[in-house]
Amino acid sequence: MQWKQTVLGLGLALAGSTGLAHAEGELNIYNWGNYTSAELIKKFEDTYKVKVTITDYDSNDTALAKVRQGGHGFDIVVPSGASLPAWINDGLLLETRPDQMENFKNMDPQWVDVPFDPGRHYTVPWQWGTTGMTVNSSVYKGDPNTSAIFLDPPAELVGKINVLPELTDIMPLAIMYFGGEQCTSDKELLRKVRDKLVEAKPKWASIDYGNVEKYAKGDAAAGTNYNGASFRARLLNKDIVYGYPKEGYPVWMDNVAVLKDAKNVENAKLFQNFIMDPQNAAMISAFARYANGIKGSEQYLPEDMKTAPEINVPAEFKAAGKFNVTCPAEAQALYTRIWTEIQK
Amino acid sequence: MSAASEAETRFEREDTRRRWLLSTPALLIILVAAVGPLLVVLLYSFLAPGSYGDVRWQFSSDAWFNVFLERDIFDDTLAPAWAHLSIFWRSMKLAFITTLLTLVFGFPTAYFIATRDERTREIWLFLITIPFWTNLLIRTFALQEVIRQEGLLNTLLLKLGLISQPIPMLFTDFAIGLGMTYVYLPLMVLPLYASMERIDFRIVEAGYDLYASRFGVLRRIIVPLVKPGIIAGSILVFIPSLGAYVTPRVLGGGKSMMLGNLIELQFGQGRNWPLGAALSIALMAIVMIALLFYVRNASRGGPTHG
Repeated sequence: MQWKQTVLGLGLALAGSTGLAHAEGELNIYNWGNYTSAELIKKFEDTYKVKVTITDYDSNDTALAKVRQGGHGFDIVVPSGASLPAWINDGLLLETRPDQMENFKNMDPQWVDVPFDPGRHYTVPWQWGTTGMTVNSSVYKGDPNTSAIFLDPPAELVGKINVLPELTDIMPLAIMYFGGEQCTSDKELLRKVRDKLVEAKPKWASIDYGNVEKYAKGDAAAGTNYNGASFRARLLNKDIVYGYPKEGYPVWMDNVAVLKDAKNVENAKLFQNFIMDPQNAAMISAFARYANGIKGSEQYLPEDMKTAPEINVPAEFKAAGKFNVTCPAEAQALYTRIWTEIQK
Repeated sequence: MSAASEAETRFEREDTRRRWLLSTPALLIILVAAVGPLLVVLLYSFLAPGSYGDVRWQFSSDAWFNVFLERDIFDDTLAPAWAHLSIFWRSMKLAFITTLLTLVFGFPTAYFIATRDERTREIWLFLITIPFWTNLLIRTFALQEVIRQEGLLNTLLLKLGLISQPIPMLFTDFAIGLGMTYVYLPLMVLPLYASMERIDFRIVEAGYDLYASRFGVLRRIIVPLVKPGIIAGSILVFIPSLGAYVTPRVLGGGKSMMLGNLIELQFGQGRNWPLGAALSIALMAIVMIALLFYVRNASRGGPTHG
């Protein structure tokens, strides 16, 4: 009879633990890996007496696929602007109206009427950044502010270039290099893009992540990179500079949204409001080293970030930045084929 | 028919039934966890892609068509999908070379271990299994640390004055070969060792007594006896290398896609799940054909050991 008691006990314990999981005072955040400031979470937990659990994902596609299946148990997700239309169209997000929340007054007006969530009815900015060029100035002294760094590399950089393995970053860079618009399906232009990428690829060393170490340790002397990663590389190696391609570069923003099937909706809304507080927004940035979208957070940023050219886009390059968008399936299919073609 | 033999057949029948009953849980798990998902993958390969990933429930053979053939992006002419075929070919080549390299390095290693006395053998075997304690990804990144531009190896060679500037090793074919061989070597050594251990080394001595050369002994005695181990090891190495993905990407710099990367691309950024599913099934078909080939090759040699 011993085992029956054990089973009974186990069953009770299980029932008890699932009961706890749904108890009040919880918040389950589903966010990109190594992206959430522990300090921020601690402060939120202490302020609202809420237990926060964080789960990581590695791409918008992973997060979308998992949430679509249901039964995930998450309350908050942080998709990139480019993938938000998919989330909203599929009815996965709750319209929490952050624009009516108390701290919305701190939102930087330039991030309110964004194409992926006009007027901010669903989301609050988490962090935003740019995809540009990282160049080791001890190897190449010329102008880093051009996509020619990886598409028409100067002789001293040949064979020392790393390119991000993200076609959603590389295709826009290459298309804008030829004066095209993101998501174009203009075949004449795409032919030029394809030919240029095929021609440039032998001059690259790698198509990979590892965007900080690789530059700091000299495995790559230049390449396409995210601004925050380039900034971290510069802190390790003072020769690293970040370039904003004048031909055009993608701007991305990750946004905090509440899931429609969230169990802790009130806590999730509290969190959205909480991170629009300048001091709290600064904690997010201080950890992952990207800019946030909240006015007045600058004063709380670490010293080294306040003036960093990687984080504060110089006025002359602002206009060249274009919001990353999700391309229609037809254009995407062409891009996937080009991307496969250059890596075949 | 005597009563005794009747009782015997009844016993046999019961025995069979009991065996089926006992294996039902395992069969159920295989059915639910292996065959089920495979059927889903097969089904998906015949559907249309959804516009933000996932599938649309509408029959389409486009995915299968695109595995092998493609319309040119620019002039719409129909041609074999060279990009896919060359990626398939690269993966096959890599798997083949890895199998060969692990065999070349694994064979002497296994022989060395098998010819030690019992106690030391265990120590050597133990050493062989140590790499399994650490995650593959961590080992691969550790290897990157060794061969990178300012890595362990280059620094050492520079300090010793053997080279005057670092040798570029990371992101080369050498790096991929090194990584793959390192990762899959234990999978070759263990089955080789298992069949070598069973060799009666008196046969080898007899061979020498009959004036066989060293090479003759190896070719005519040892290799035939170890053949089951060679086949098992080759299968164990070939199959995972075919889908290898982390090692070529981290050490080779990811400039050229492997099958694994191509499939991942379709499920991720490419947002074409049906094509990804069709490519996965195609990969499985290749593995199946390779397996059949190995097994037939193995049986053609006849039973080689008693």
